[in-house]
Amino acid sequence: MTFVVKPRTHHPRLPLNDLGLTRRDYEGSVSTLCAGCGHDSVSAAIVQACAELSLPPHRFAKVSGIGCSSKTPSYFLNKSHGFNSVHGRMPSVMTGANLANRDLHFIGVSGDGDSASIGMGQFAHIMRRRINMLYIVDNNGTYGLTKGQFSATNDKGSTSKKGAPNLYEPIDLVTMAMQIGASFVARSFSGDKQQLVPLIKAGLKHKGMAFIDVVSPCVAFNNHQGSTKSYEHIRQHTKNVVDADYIPVHQEITADYRPGTREDVNMPDGTTLKLYKLDENYDVHDRVGALNYIQRRQESGEVVTGLLYVDPEAADCHEIMDTVQRPLNELNEPELCPGQDKLDLINDSFR
Amino acid sequence: MSVSYNDFVIRFANVNGSGSASANGMFAKALFRMGIPVATRNIFPSNIQGLPTWFEVRVSEKGYLGRREGVDIMVAMNAETFVEDVASVSPGGYLVYDSSKPLAKHLQRDDVIEIGIPIATMLLPEYSDPKQRSLFKNITYLGALAGLLNIDFDVITGMVATQYKGKDQLIAPNIRALELGRQFAFDYLQAPLPLQVRASDQVGDRIMVDGNMAAGLGSIYGGASVCAWYPITPSTSVAEAFETHANRLRIDPETGQKNFAIIQAEDELAAIGIVIGAAWNGARSFTATSGPGISLMSEFLGLAYFAEIPAVLWDIQRAGPSTGMPTRTQQSDIVASAFASHGDSKHVLLFPSTPKECFDFAAQALDLADRLQTPIIVLSDLELGMNDNLSEPFEWDDSRRYDRGKVLNAQELDEVEVFGRYLDVDGDGIGYRTYPGTHPEKGAFFTRGTSRDEFAAYTESPEVYEKNMIRLLKKWHTAAELVPAAEIATSAQRVGVIYFGTTALPMPEAMDQLRDEGIELDACRIRAFPFGAEVAEFIENHEIVFVVEQNRDAQMRMLLINELECNPKQMIAINYYAGLSISANFIVSSITDYYQANKLARLTEVQS
Repeated sequence: MTFVVKPRTHHPRLPLNDLGLTRRDYEGSVSTLCAGCGHDSVSAAIVQACAELSLPPHRFAKVSGIGCSSKTPSYFLNKSHGFNSVHGRMPSVMTGANLANRDLHFIGVSGDGDSASIGMGQFAHIMRRRINMLYIVDNNGTYGLTKGQFSATNDKGSTSKKGAPNLYEPIDLVTMAMQIGASFVARSFSGDKQQLVPLIKAGLKHKGMAFIDVVSPCVAFNNHQGSTKSYEHIRQHTKNVVDADYIPVHQEITADYRPGTREDVNMPDGTTLKLYKLDENYDVHDRVGALNYIQRRQESGEVVTGLLYVDPEAADCHEIMDTVQRPLNELNEPELCPGQDKLDLINDSFR
Repeated sequence: MSVSYNDFVIRFANVNGSGSASANGMFAKALFRMGIPVATRNIFPSNIQGLPTWFEVRVSEKGYLGRREGVDIMVAMNAETFVEDVASVSPGGYLVYDSSKPLAKHLQRDDVIEIGIPIATMLLPEYSDPKQRSLFKNITYLGALAGLLNIDFDVITGMVATQYKGKDQLIAPNIRALELGRQFAFDYLQAPLPLQVRASDQVGDRIMVDGNMAAGLGSIYGGASVCAWYPITPSTSVAEAFETHANRLRIDPETGQKNFAIIQAEDELAAIGIVIGAAWNGARSFTATSGPGISLMSEFLGLAYFAEIPAVLWDIQRAGPSTGMPTRTQQSDIVASAFASHGDSKHVLLFPSTPKECFDFAAQALDLADRLQTPIIVLSDLELGMNDNLSEPFEWDDSRRYDRGKVLNAQELDEVEVFGRYLDVDGDGIGYRTYPGTHPEKGAFFTRGTSRDEFAAYTESPEVYEKNMIRLLKKWHTAAELVPAAEIATSAQRVGVIYFGTTALPMPEAMDQLRDEGIELDACRIRAFPFGAEVAEFIENHEIVFVVEQNRDAQMRMLLINELECNPKQMIAINYYAGLSISANFIVSSITDYYQANKLARLTEVQS
């Protein structure tokens, strides 16, 4: 792997966002993943979402674990700090980073190996703690870097490249996340930018734990016939239930002609999340009903996608702990050190 | 009969969870408040309720705080361990027991003075509730001991009043139980005994506190704003002390919100991960664990070493390996901590000896971590961490400023021409770092556990990799100059002794006794790894150096030989590792045995 910086020049007619920046200002270095890798589409969607939201490109912290997916924070938001940590441990590093400065935007990228196997414990506990972040799993059902072993999200019966079936039950991170505390849960497909970009925007603006499971096919090891995580299989078996769109506060909501019943969810910061219900039986606020729905569809081989659950009012970890509004990393001696006077009293209490 | 004052060991044998800890603690505190030096040791099982537990108080006018072998007074309140408790009394010592049932013949010893107090019988008409009777049993023997040992009764009753402040209805019955015991001692036991206490001035302004409390408080004073931890004996009380005091000392006066965050993590891996994430993002952070936690945290420690991220980790050592003896003390994580993680990684270690030093090192470790951009592991142990010990009072210089190390802000970034995270600009092996979100255009970098160049870009270039590893060694040498220096006391002897941590507790007593035997030693108390030049010099200047430590494999000796390339034959290992704290008796007999076996000259022989 080499480190390639992209040229800074861009087409003069690229659109500018509210900060006067183009999409290019949100890019990273050149990807070293395989050509056609779903993960690169996810990175591109992150770039587009951040640019369209006009967020300052240096006010992010990107954290990942180990694996193909975990390499991707190099490929977006070059002006932000990134941290490629250890296998399965992105959530703990992210938790610490978030505690230190609640004012940044936090994007965690992980994979199915990283989050559903070695990092299963940390995945579960960051959901419980509701760290304010966007947690993306690039889910391809396989260990790419070690050449194609099954991962824990691979469906039972799905075959390896050599034709051997997977014998074990899959772990579904979406239903897990819903059960244990995530207040924004979505599933998407790396090949469906129309669906994915708005979900990323909504997830970034959501206060609290926003989790998106992105089925992201591995062209090298898991894109063959017999695999349930191939481009073809996913295209044929997805069932989109709720489309989302994110509307900034100052933008007037005009009539639109997308399919489905529309619901406007008012976000705490005054912005609006527009939802388009594509299945009348689905209620995005009913956690138990949604779980039931997703699992029933799963039984029949369908992959339910879209915004699956949202609770815009849920408290995030800082609110739960009642920490100060100022980032902890800005506090200094006056706030942190109680001084000798207090210490005299403390000494007396030990006499 | 001659009376001996302020010099004995008393041991209380109780059942875990029976409420004895509070009475026993009051006993020790009362002597402390009379100005008498005391050292307490809790010898407890890894159990919540029902198993035997012992509390030992060493009373020493001379101020010896180390464990002394032998028991002068045994307060035997646990039927289950009664036989061994009777057997453990030193000849001429006293056995205090509940004589409501007569002492069986086979338990009587000719060389022990029996002091029977019919506690259960006495309490029967006083308290109808059996639970109360059981609790007041402890208070009653405390009252009897006050009479027997001539403890200032006002001090004890005063403590009861303070302890039950707000639960005033409990004060009178407690004092009643104290008086019952004391009166019995006067009426029937020829109190006071020839072995007793009297007010002293040997405590001075010292405080009585455990090392874990000191570590938690020191972390507050040192500016830690994030604490992540996972419960494990004997380290748990470090995080609990931090939280308790932070809830009083770190509340924003205007909003009532917290100027700190504390997370009880799902395991030790997550705890150190949170610490590293927070420190990477500019918040001072720490965790506390014990031996098994060091094993679990090792991968992350390697990341923090290689990616150069500050982290502070307290290891309150217990007896290993594996689960070992979770409630017994040892100094056996030295090598595991020094070289935690795969590859060529090594870590800065600090070795506190007293609660005051725990407080000081807690703050200093946070400074060192930021300055050196690397994990700092503070190696305390159960002996220091969980036992109340005499300590100099805590001090803080209000003019002191935190050393945040080399961190560039937006303005400073504007002024530098080229920013490279791992560029050794100052020649001390330490680069400049930035916090995320500092500057719109400059200073962002990618932190990784993989090999990278000076600009934090991934590389597999052999030259660049090697250059980076050499720079990390340069930083290691810088660390040797910044860590606390060893404390050295020399009088130009040929033989020296090296020790550290709680091995320092019995050392003054051991040195005094050795002097009586004609053995005078120079002393070096190591306070940190990497070793400073003064440690190398100490070893060079002595033909023989005893290295006294509480582990089987002479781990500090290993480090000394390895790092300083001294002659192994010159370094004599003295190792105690049975799980109690090392005693002066053990040190003295080990050293005199060596002198004898090797026919080394003693002062008295030289003089004669």
